[in-house]
Amino acid sequence: MLYREAGQFKTSYAADQQIFPIRQDRIGILIILAIAFFAVPMLFSEYWLKAILIPFLIFSLAALGLNILTGYAGQLSLGSAAFMAVGAFASYNFMLRVDGMPILLAFIGGGLAAAAVGIAFGLPSLRIKGFYLAVATLAAQFFIVWLLTKVGWFSNYSSSGVITAQDMEILGYRFVTPEAKYLLVLAIVVVLALLAKNMVRSSVGRAWMAVRDMDVAAEVIGIRIMHTKLLAFAVSSFYCGVAGALYAFAYIGTVEPEGFSLDLSFKILFMIIIGGVGSISGAFLGAAFIVLLPIALDVIVQQWLAGVLPPSVSSNLQLIVFGGLIIFFLIVEPHGLARLWQIGKEKLRLWPFPH
Amino acid sequence: MQFFIEVLLGGLLSGVMYSFVALGFVLIYKASGVFNFAQGAMVFAAALTFVGFQEMGLPFPAALLAAFAVMVVLGIVTERVVLRPLVNQPPITLFMATIGLTYVIEGLAQGVWGANVRGLELGIEDVPVQWLMDSTGIGVSTFDLFGAGVAALLVTLLALFFQYTRIGRALRAVADDHQAALSIGIPLQTIWRIVWAVAGFVALVAGLIWGARNGVSFSLTFTALKALPVLILGGFTSIPGAIVGGLIIGSTEKLAEVYLGEYVGGGIDSWFPYVMALAFLLVRPEGLFGEKHIDRV
Amino acid sequence: MSGRKIGDVILDLQNISLRFGGVKALTDISFNVREHEVRAIIGPNGAGKSSMLNVINGVYHPQEGRIVFHGEERRKMEPHKAAKQGIARTFQNIALFKGMSVLDNIMTGRITKMHASFLEQAIHFGRARREELEHRHKVEEVIDFLEIQHIRKTPVGRLPYGLQKRVELARALAAEPTMLLLDEPMAGMNVEEKQDMCRFILDVNDQFGTTIVLIEHDMGVVMDISDRVVVLDYGKKIGDGTPDEVRNNPEVISAYLGVAH
Repeated sequence: MLYREAGQFKTSYAADQQIFPIRQDRIGILIILAIAFFAVPMLFSEYWLKAILIPFLIFSLAALGLNILTGYAGQLSLGSAAFMAVGAFASYNFMLRVDGMPILLAFIGGGLAAAAVGIAFGLPSLRIKGFYLAVATLAAQFFIVWLLTKVGWFSNYSSSGVITAQDMEILGYRFVTPEAKYLLVLAIVVVLALLAKNMVRSSVGRAWMAVRDMDVAAEVIGIRIMHTKLLAFAVSSFYCGVAGALYAFAYIGTVEPEGFSLDLSFKILFMIIIGGVGSISGAFLGAAFIVLLPIALDVIVQQWLAGVLPPSVSSNLQLIVFGGLIIFFLIVEPHGLARLWQIGKEKLRLWPFPH
Repeated sequence: MQFFIEVLLGGLLSGVMYSFVALGFVLIYKASGVFNFAQGAMVFAAALTFVGFQEMGLPFPAALLAAFAVMVVLGIVTERVVLRPLVNQPPITLFMATIGLTYVIEGLAQGVWGANVRGLELGIEDVPVQWLMDSTGIGVSTFDLFGAGVAALLVTLLALFFQYTRIGRALRAVADDHQAALSIGIPLQTIWRIVWAVAGFVALVAGLIWGARNGVSFSLTFTALKALPVLILGGFTSIPGAIVGGLIIGSTEKLAEVYLGEYVGGGIDSWFPYVMALAFLLVRPEGLFGEKHIDRV
Repeated sequence: MSGRKIGDVILDLQNISLRFGGVKALTDISFNVREHEVRAIIGPNGAGKSSMLNVINGVYHPQEGRIVFHGEERRKMEPHKAAKQGIARTFQNIALFKGMSVLDNIMTGRITKMHASFLEQAIHFGRARREELEHRHKVEEVIDFLEIQHIRKTPVGRLPYGLQKRVELARALAAEPTMLLLDEPMAGMNVEEKQDMCRFILDVNDQFGTTIVLIEHDMGVVMDISDRVVVLDYGKKIGDGTPDEVRNNPEVISAYLGVAH
């Protein structure tokens, strides 16, 4: 199938403002969704679903959240994992303390709790910018993890704040098998990704980008800076919160606050740098890359370098490769994999006559 | 009262250590506008390298020199591989690149020297100063005093270096205005290499003192993160800011831990400095010594 | 100039003083702007012209003075409120949103007129969808008016300087302002681009009745298109009147030519 725009004339602004204006893109998305929903659960092993695809989807969601805040609204955050923690613990408590709480509502509640906390920690962004704000978000990272560990109520007084997520059940169906969990996570992620796509192509998204690109001009146009920034913090934290809830309920099962460490926050930041800052698809590409990379590295080390390198080197090699790739991407393609994909598509549009 | 003074002094002295790390940040930020998140990793790597050389049998001065040499090489390589290709990029991009650099440095240091915790011996004991104990009953660690002395010496040396050497003047010119400095023929890249080398030296000294106190382990990098609230407080460009900020953070953190910590379950020193720095920023966004910034449109 | 009729005073600045720390940017300046007129602010570099515009739409808050806009008296303006009340603005150093396309930049100009809630936008349903289309129509009118149809999907960062200035004007016009503040709209342009820009400014004034306050260095342009001119020098007002009056004002002549008198 050729990737061509020729002949697709837009005769109305409605057609020009569709979510995916190019026909092949629409077909492509449908195919990807069909594969994800129908083929993947049948073709992939339990291990793949459980250990790779579910975390991939969850991290994509978290990266999407961070990308809304950092990529679209221009506010760098180093505390994404803390907002995930809020989502996980809030959902757990909703399930624990409210009788007959529907699981989806608990996830939404977790997201809303994270959004509220996000707004609180977003307040400094009204006075400070850039690195100062980035450092300030570290306060969220350390404070929230400490609070969840120290205040027993959050974890129902378990030792060192460990919680075990309840079973997921919707209308009597229990999501126990990896396939079922995968499909549930997939459905949630797809819905939230579509909502995000809608946001960034509407006036709220334009307001975010305007604040990112030049806040003084944005204010002069009539954008309320405070409202816009805090909304970005809220939406971003909501996404991270839901991702955190899914992380606890659909992936790990038993989590402790320390699991949502600064390291995890950095990983999510790396996903958007590698995937593409300010791009919805970039969040998915970046998450896939960061989830697959350690596995690929492990395979390489075990297969080819087993005798050559001592076993301790493998984890350090991962650090070096992660860090090196970040630097590499920032230098060579600051817009990440999503931009490379776009360039590829542009080439394809012109192929085979590039002039 | 005695106890309060003891806690306060202890806090001030550990604050000096934060100032150490903050100093490295400030140096690089002033000269190149880069917020070097990897400073903490450099502290860790420097200490680990020093211990590693000692374990190989090098005597103290040789190990010190060798570790310093490694830090200089690291600075030069960083300038060449990371900073130069990213010149003229937005500062936030450079900041993220230094987060990447953090991972590389940590991975390299542990890959070469191993990840197990080591002791580091400087030959100074962590015991109370006897005469002070006898006369006032206040216990102040000899080691902490030694650390503070080294810090004071280092700051004086740096101040002299900036004030009176040709390189120092060039450095201040670059800090003031890159373009203008370039236009009068100051070699920017050389300056950056020197600054990174100096920052490496500061990291080494900080690493030795921290390492001797708490052992050389990965957790050193987290201790180094404490320098960040110090920077918020003192401003990114001010050396006195780094010192005073460090003292404030160190003392309030200890006081808070001792007097408030027991009510909330302890361990608040992980976040207290940040929250304090934040609260401070809300009142005075330009920091202690920074100048008020006016957006021109 | 046909059709348009200069009306009453709609903006009255009274005894405005503005300081940055110890530096005085504006000292005791008073002048007014009438409805539908083209009002120019001129003066040498550093005279405080941009500061004056920034006071008008609230980017800077003066320490002293009063601002009366549409009969409402206040100490200072606030930028987003000024926008809501119909004041739009372009900047001396282009202040476009570099990461967005021309179309998106101009669409942001209509942000005060879009009312769909956040949730409606997320679902892209009902009012949100309708609004996007309605406003797109309006934006396309502005695009046609300024003759920039061919670049509507281009990221603004890739455009040449002259076109960027035009896009910035488009963004301001998209807000359908009653008052337009233009900070050196023709700076750095060649003769042809200047002529285009002059034509657009006059057309806006003529067709939509928009009141225009502009800063410009090109004296020929100022004298040609403005109804009244206010002259600033070192933050003080040294002249105010029709182009002819200002031209013959000895104080103005000395400020520009440096002649002692």
